[in-house]
Amino acid sequence: MDEADLDAVIEAGTRLLRIPLRPEWLTGVRLHMATNLRLAHLVADFDLPDHLDPAHVFRA
Amino acid sequence: MGDDLAWLDGTAITAGIFDGSFSAREVVEATLGRIERYDTTLNSFTAVTAERALARADAIDAARAQGAGLGPLAGVPFAVKNLIDIAGLPTLAGSKINRERPAASRDATLVVRLEEAGAILVGALNMGEYAYDFTGENIHYGPSRNPHDPARMTGGSSGGSGGAVAGALATFALGSDTNGSIRVPASFCGVFGLKPTFGRLSRAGSFPFVSSLDHLGPLARSLGDLAVAYDAMQGHDPEDPVCTARPAEPAIAVLDEGIGDLRIAVAGGYFHQGAFAEALQAVGQAARALGATREVDLPEAARARAAAYVITAAEGAAMHLDRLRDAAESFDPVVRDRLIAGALMPAALVVRAHKFRRWFQAQVLELFQQVDVILAPATPCVAPVIGQQTIMLDGVEHPLRPNIGIFTQPISFIGLPVVALPVPLPSGLPIGVQVIAAPWREDIALRVARALELSGVVRSPQPPEL
Repeated sequence: MDEADLDAVIEAGTRLLRIPLRPEWLTGVRLHMATNLRLAHLVADFDLPDHLDPAHVFRA
Repeated sequence: MGDDLAWLDGTAITAGIFDGSFSAREVVEATLGRIERYDTTLNSFTAVTAERALARADAIDAARAQGAGLGPLAGVPFAVKNLIDIAGLPTLAGSKINRERPAASRDATLVVRLEEAGAILVGALNMGEYAYDFTGENIHYGPSRNPHDPARMTGGSSGGSGGAVAGALATFALGSDTNGSIRVPASFCGVFGLKPTFGRLSRAGSFPFVSSLDHLGPLARSLGDLAVAYDAMQGHDPEDPVCTARPAEPAIAVLDEGIGDLRIAVAGGYFHQGAFAEALQAVGQAARALGATREVDLPEAARARAAAYVITAAEGAAMHLDRLRDAAESFDPVVRDRLIAGALMPAALVVRAHKFRRWFQAQVLELFQQVDVILAPATPCVAPVIGQQTIMLDGVEHPLRPNIGIFTQPISFIGLPVVALPVPLPSGLPIGVQVIAAPWREDIALRVARALELSGVVRSPQPPEL
């Protein structure tokens, strides 16, 4: 996603979640969102079996 | 005598009180004196509980005078990260927002258990806002400063815990560790830190960050103190839904059993990439002292770190959603921006990260069929200068703040027990080594840590100016 796409998601998403967003916060949020998505896709691109249970309630 | 008392370890303090060499009041007064003198620089404390501490000390001295039994931590001063409840104080969790919360009506479970063992609470400790931090910096309360060089970071988010222990403003401290927040300050400040198995110690009465990753644990200047404090805190607590029902498994009893035929390996691959020379040097020293020559790879460790990062972003944001709506301008901006970004993480990607956790756990448990202990660096480098924004990892410049924990995150992601051990370096700055064991085998990690302490490779160095 380019900056404009990210900004559109951030502006729509914060409205959806009713989080106020000041214009001067946008650069920082965009930076972190780009990092989050890069890392999230690194994980999601890893092939996992369908039957594997997510560890929502984690037990060591 | 005051400063000498403050530098004693807990075992020596308890023995000295028991045999009448000094009183608990003298120990507490020495500690309070150091806090008054040095915390203007170190900025470890956000509250000092002097009246409570002196009252507790007098009670211990009175008990001794009457011939009553003393607990294993009798008279030992400790302090807690300010996300842990202390009756009568608001639980700040490093924030400005929480100042408006009512004071805690009672102490957290771990504080109660430590005081039952005779330890004496001397205050609440500075931390990164809401624990979303690896630096120890805090815009509201100022940065906690490293006793080895106050211009440098303590590491975080348990920054005050690392600084207070390294500077002898407390004999031991409690911190929390979601992604490395005990092990990073232990590394930067040159103290011992224990992140137990996920679910081992109760978190009841602590302010959460990421429920599925949060741990509490101790930091200390000696391994013995770490183990005694850990033992005093063990046991089921129905007030923490993830706290194990397993019976307590005392570590002190097995600490000196030696390493015998334990299979010890060094983490390779991911844990070499990005590590500065000093981090690898420290791991190498530990491996040589233990005779460990084998190298193992934790499969897909980079993805494990990434998944921990994703879960933290999403769950942390969910935790703070109301505060983001109502008081976003009151957050530290660097924390607020991360939380807002985390709130926007697509749910499908978060679930994939949880699913990956299951896979990674199975792979690493399989690895623990072949080895008993894995050594890895705790941080990629020694403590950076406060305010530093970027770090060079493997020849590429990255933002510093989220990348200090690259070696701790894959481990806490699956709840493994870890002891972080301080290795003094010729530069004068310490760095930490992680001793990692299979789930519920804190005893093994602590035995290996003890062997390294006895070898002289690891020790908590006294800062020259303190």
